[in-house]
Amino acid sequence: MSSEDPKRLTTMISAKAIEEIEHWRSKYPADRKRPPIIAALKVVQAENENWLSEEHMKAVADYLDVPHIAVFEVATFYTMFHLKPVGKNVISVCTNLSCMMCGSDKIVEHLQSRLGIKLGETTSDGQFSLKEVECMAACGGAPMLEASEIYHENLTPEKVDSILNDLGWEA
Amino acid sequence: MGTVTIEIDGVSLEAETGSMIIEIADDAGMHIPRFCYHKKLSVAANCRMCLVDVSNSPKAVPACATPVADGMKVLTNSTKARIAQKSVMEFLLINHPLDCPICDQGGECELQDVALGFGNDVSRFTEGKRVVQDKNIGPLIETDMTRCIHCTRCVRFGTEVVGMREMGATGRGEHMEIGTYIEKSIESEVSGNIIDLCPVGALTAKPSRYKARAWEMQSTAGVSPHDCLGTNIEIHHRRGEVIRVVPRENEKINEVWISDRDRFSYQSVTDSERLTQPKIKKDGQWQTCDWETALTHVCDQLNNIKQSEGVENIGALISPSATLEEMYLTQKLMRGLGSHNIDHRLRQVDFSSQFEAPMFPGMEFDIDALEDMDATLLIDADLRREQPLLALRLRKSTRHGRVMSVHSGEVENNFKVSPNVSVPASDLLAQLQGIVAALIEQHKEVSAELTELFVDIKPTPDQQTIASELRINDNACLLVGQSALEHSKSSHIRWLAKTISDLSGCAFGELTAGANTAGGYIAGALPHRLSAAEESNICGWNTQQMLQKGLSAYLLMNTEPELDSSYRDAARVSLLKSKFVVMMTPFAKGEFLDYADVLLPIAGFTETSGTFINVCGEWQSFTAAVKAKGEARPAWKVLRVLGNLLELDGFDYVSSQEINAAVKERFESTTDARVGHFQRPDSLESGGEKPRPLSMYDMDSLTRRSLCLQMSVQGQDNWRRDQIEHLVASQSLPETESPDSLINLSASSAESETASLQESSDA
Amino acid sequence: MANEVCFRTMHLDEPWTLEAYKSVGGYKVWRDILKNKTPANDIIEQLKTSALRGRGGAGFPTGLKWSFMPRGMPGQKYVVCNSDEGEPGTFKDRDILRFNPHQLIEGMAIGGYVMTATVGYNYMRGEFYEPFARMEQALKEAYDEGLLGKNILDSGIDFDLYNHMGAGAYICGEETALIESLEGKKGQPRFKPPFPANYGVFGRPTNVNNTESYASVPVILQHGGQWFLDLGIPNNGGTKIFSVSGHIKQPGNYEVAMGMPFKDLLQQCGGMRGDKPLKAVIPGGSSSPVLPASVMMDITMDYDAIGKAGSMVGSGAVMVIEEGTCMVELAARTAHFYYEESCGQCTPCREGTGWMSRVLHRILDGEGKIEDLDNLQDIADNIMGRTICALGDAAAMPMGGFLKHYKHEFEHMIRTGRRWVDDQQNAA
Ligand SMILES: Cc1cc2nc3c(=O)[nH]c(=O)nc-3n(C[C@H](O)[C@H](O)[C@H](O)COP(=O)(O)O)c2cc1C
Ligand code: SF4
Ligand code: FES
Repeated sequence: MSSEDPKRLTTMISAKAIEEIEHWRSKYPADRKRPPIIAALKVVQAENENWLSEEHMKAVADYLDVPHIAVFEVATFYTMFHLKPVGKNVISVCTNLSCMMCGSDKIVEHLQSRLGIKLGETTSDGQFSLKEVECMAACGGAPMLEASEIYHENLTPEKVDSILNDLGWEA
Repeated sequence: MGTVTIEIDGVSLEAETGSMIIEIADDAGMHIPRFCYHKKLSVAANCRMCLVDVSNSPKAVPACATPVADGMKVLTNSTKARIAQKSVMEFLLINHPLDCPICDQGGECELQDVALGFGNDVSRFTEGKRVVQDKNIGPLIETDMTRCIHCTRCVRFGTEVVGMREMGATGRGEHMEIGTYIEKSIESEVSGNIIDLCPVGALTAKPSRYKARAWEMQSTAGVSPHDCLGTNIEIHHRRGEVIRVVPRENEKINEVWISDRDRFSYQSVTDSERLTQPKIKKDGQWQTCDWETALTHVCDQLNNIKQSEGVENIGALISPSATLEEMYLTQKLMRGLGSHNIDHRLRQVDFSSQFEAPMFPGMEFDIDALEDMDATLLIDADLRREQPLLALRLRKSTRHGRVMSVHSGEVENNFKVSPNVSVPASDLLAQLQGIVAALIEQHKEVSAELTELFVDIKPTPDQQTIASELRINDNACLLVGQSALEHSKSSHIRWLAKTISDLSGCAFGELTAGANTAGGYIAGALPHRLSAAEESNICGWNTQQMLQKGLSAYLLMNTEPELDSSYRDAARVSLLKSKFVVMMTPFAKGEFLDYADVLLPIAGFTETSGTFINVCGEWQSFTAAVKAKGEARPAWKVLRVLGNLLELDGFDYVSSQEINAAVKERFESTTDARVGHFQRPDSLESGGEKPRPLSMYDMDSLTRRSLCLQMSVQGQDNWRRDQIEHLVASQSLPETESPDSLINLSASSAESETASLQESSDA
Repeated sequence: MANEVCFRTMHLDEPWTLEAYKSVGGYKVWRDILKNKTPANDIIEQLKTSALRGRGGAGFPTGLKWSFMPRGMPGQKYVVCNSDEGEPGTFKDRDILRFNPHQLIEGMAIGGYVMTATVGYNYMRGEFYEPFARMEQALKEAYDEGLLGKNILDSGIDFDLYNHMGAGAYICGEETALIESLEGKKGQPRFKPPFPANYGVFGRPTNVNNTESYASVPVILQHGGQWFLDLGIPNNGGTKIFSVSGHIKQPGNYEVAMGMPFKDLLQQCGGMRGDKPLKAVIPGGSSSPVLPASVMMDITMDYDAIGKAGSMVGSGAVMVIEEGTCMVELAARTAHFYYEESCGQCTPCREGTGWMSRVLHRILDGEGKIEDLDNLQDIADNIMGRTICALGDAAAMPMGGFLKHYKHEFEHMIRTGRRWVDDQQNAA
């Protein structure tokens, strides 16, 4: 099942990524192939401009010696995986109850007008994507968003502007 | 495991502890609606259709996943149960397209059936329905995923039964979709079973799509012609056309499964490749003629050659998938003429132990016993390619037991094998000798002669393991694979295998070619034995001799030796060189057009009655599902007429059952049960060779001609572009009828004989 | 009487360090156990006495759960911490992980010892970058200190603990979905029985507890079960972290005594934002039915009282709603969440959550029909209790709450196409 083509693996997954995947693999019983799938997909996604191509998913499957479909199932189930190209910065805005009550709709509106895109879209320069997400467990700081692995809480339009600035948005 | 008593709808029932409510209800013939539950798959409990009312539980519980408990009272029809079932039905239907009138599953759809009982007439769902894009997963299975109800039976089948995860459920929630990895074609050789498993019309058979509605079809029980298991099939047909083939449940043989070739090979006998009229070659040109002309010509030619060259220059080769009756009449015809050159062992190479062979080669234990084995040794067996359903059975044993293999060349198994020893064909003997040596080491009472013979052999650790596993497990067996017979030292292999079985105490089995090798032995389609293994005082030529040395005349009973035998090149030369070749075949095209002199159109496997004897010695008779195409006739009838035209005795059978009865009587009256006695050789042999294995859809004339099988992933293993193109071209054309029409036969004896071929359908 | 249990380091600088944790008595219990080999049954008895109930949402008594693990059974067993924290409104585990990670480690190690599990996994949701970093750091410190690993402090006891990350799926908070996910699969819940205690991670006996549950254990054992029980009220032992959010002056996590009147909690949080009147409260995460202000102001914050009022303590996520908030919008947003997060395997949940969400959004779009309201209740009832896991129930329950107390707002919108709250305000 693992049509292991070593060349494809090394071109698709860097040595550094493999090291990281191996670190995750070491946490689970040696006879289990699947537990590192999620971590491996994250590592590979991070290396591949924030998204996973078919070829990357196959490479992960072959590297871990699991059926392709097993990886595909996982990649399509979890919302943090992107199976289409997205922006270098993905801005995830929570609109769930607490954030909604604290004005997330205004934050979304502000982000949309600043970036000139709608939720679920990517700026034409490929720099930013806007993503609506469910509760991120930071309701005490609602409204909130996550960008580049950092939670930003108690958002106001001004705060959003400075976040965008820090991320290099100049429009 | 003890038993408990439960009550379902007021009926008191005994139940084994640990079983689920639904199993007990099913056994008692009480129907609980279900979609995800299937007795051959793990319990998923995801469809929630089987909710029932159980005493002491405030909620309705799924009958498929709720174990029985003593005193449990189950109501399948109480208000609570009915409300629960109705509500699930409503949920299932809101996103279902309800396109029953154009759905191939219409009329045999589990969803449709249950909806009739539990659905509401008026839908209060007014939102837009989900639409799912269809996926192309290959030439065998059509998908219409909008109809999918996410029962995951197909996914579980792949994971659990086949051991290949090809189908999966991707996405989540309402966006969950069933499919393969992106648009990957399905590869498994038993994939078609998901068509039967799918309770709705999401997965249907591509070749039979839109061909007929379920209620228009008639069904005839049949037996698959592809391997030695005798897989039970059901042939569905409408107005004389075979529409499709589906499994017929037989727990002892094929359970509820069939392989893809069992399911789709019928394509070859319904297509325009069929020979519909007899033909004679005149001055190198094929001419259509009537049966009388053709058969008279055959008789004249055979008599002429008998006169001029001697009857020992005539021989018959028979397909190992020919029926018992065909085998029996062919050998009777030959022997009536005076020739003993008869064989159905087309791929065998080593005939040196044929006199010691048993009544028929086969398994000493039942097919279903395989799943209980704690240790199994496969000797040069490639089950997935040769007996795919046996691979599924054996796979079950790996849940508790161990499978070991010693084989030549590449073998891909769908279960765990360890040790898994792969060697060149020339080292196979040494491997087996090592196992024998290990057993001798581990064993107390071995004869001095045997010990002496193996004194120089030092077993490897793998061989030690294999030996001790077979020895210490009470439930152990070995299987010599079908293609082991193609090994040039197969006699020695069989002796070694038998010795391993004797020393270790494990059960012995040999897997054989075609659907009816056992029948071929019992019918006497052999040069050295008459039917029921009666020793013949004259020994004729075997396949090898007939093809390598060459004969003046051949009768080919549904076989193309240049493809079906191990003597491909020799066959081509000898057949071209011979004076006269009679080809009994359902097909109009093939290399035989070059070497044959007469073509006699015979019925395809769905068009004739007959009997196959499987590898365990089980006799299974079947009737014709449909009438043969055009003027083609069941081969046994053609042989009977030929026998009579040749004025031979004993060709007065009026039905295939009569022929069967004649063989059976001889078989049952043999006192000499004929167990094989493999004689210890004076020295150990070494070396040997085996031809490259064929891809699984190149092994017989039916699969070779089935377009969809050839286009499938397994078929493309040996992708022969020209052949596929040829198949595509021929099958997309409408059937062209030859203008020559058949001359009515008048009332001579020959005529009335041939006239009997005109009977509408086979008895 | 606040911040005595899981937040006991909260007042310190850099409370997440080993130093800080040790300064409040951290790892003392663990060291004692290692030294004295405290009988497992004694520990379980203390937990039972404490009346600690699972803080993940279901409120199952922790001591009892630990006693279900087949301790004598040979072979690998696991303890797993549920740090998936996905129930909308809940944000307490994130703070335990960020500010007091060592206490979780100690709690899990004790769990491993009691249940003879030598390996533990802490399953954190994929978005917990900062908590993950803190946890990794804390694990390193604990290993360096010799408090984890093989033959810990020469006691002959082994315990290895690993951090695991999810990748975005609320359903992975359900314990069997979490187990599937930990095994590298989609997070689809398993049918129970068998329960994780018999068939859990990698098919081995497994105990799953919430972060707050494990983190409470060291403190309970330090001071005794009775002490913990006495912090709260009978049958509702100890303190509990309430994640208070919404229209409140000082949203945040409050670790307070069980049985505290809601009024008092509201006051601790500084009262209503902009001093608007309270309209309603969702007391235990988005799956708990909403309760109107009149009910809430008379109620104490504990399992029994909130249960009696027709809702749940759940994960302790208290969402405070001011007058003027449109309940149709809240209901639609809630329904949308469960629709997005259904794993998809059970028919009623997969189909029913989408149906409810669509109907509610149609009502919001002014296309509602009066029969929609009966249908909504019916769909919720038809999901309830008919699925493999409780996500189905979680989607169904809040619908009943909204329709029970605020049906007039739905009817108003269906009839007029306008929000009831707006028309109320205009009329006033
Ligand atoms: C849909 C769903 C989501 C859940 N999410 C969480 C969660 O995020 N965190 C959690 O600890 N428990 C969650 N639970 C509860 C767990 O299944 C389980 O009961 C809990 O982790 C057990 O720990 P406890 O006994 O310490 O509460 C969830 C349950 C369901 C049905
Ligand atoms: S109730 Fe919903 S989330 Fe839970 S198992 Fe069923 S489909 Fe999945
Ligand atoms: S048949 Fe029982 S839940 Fe599907």
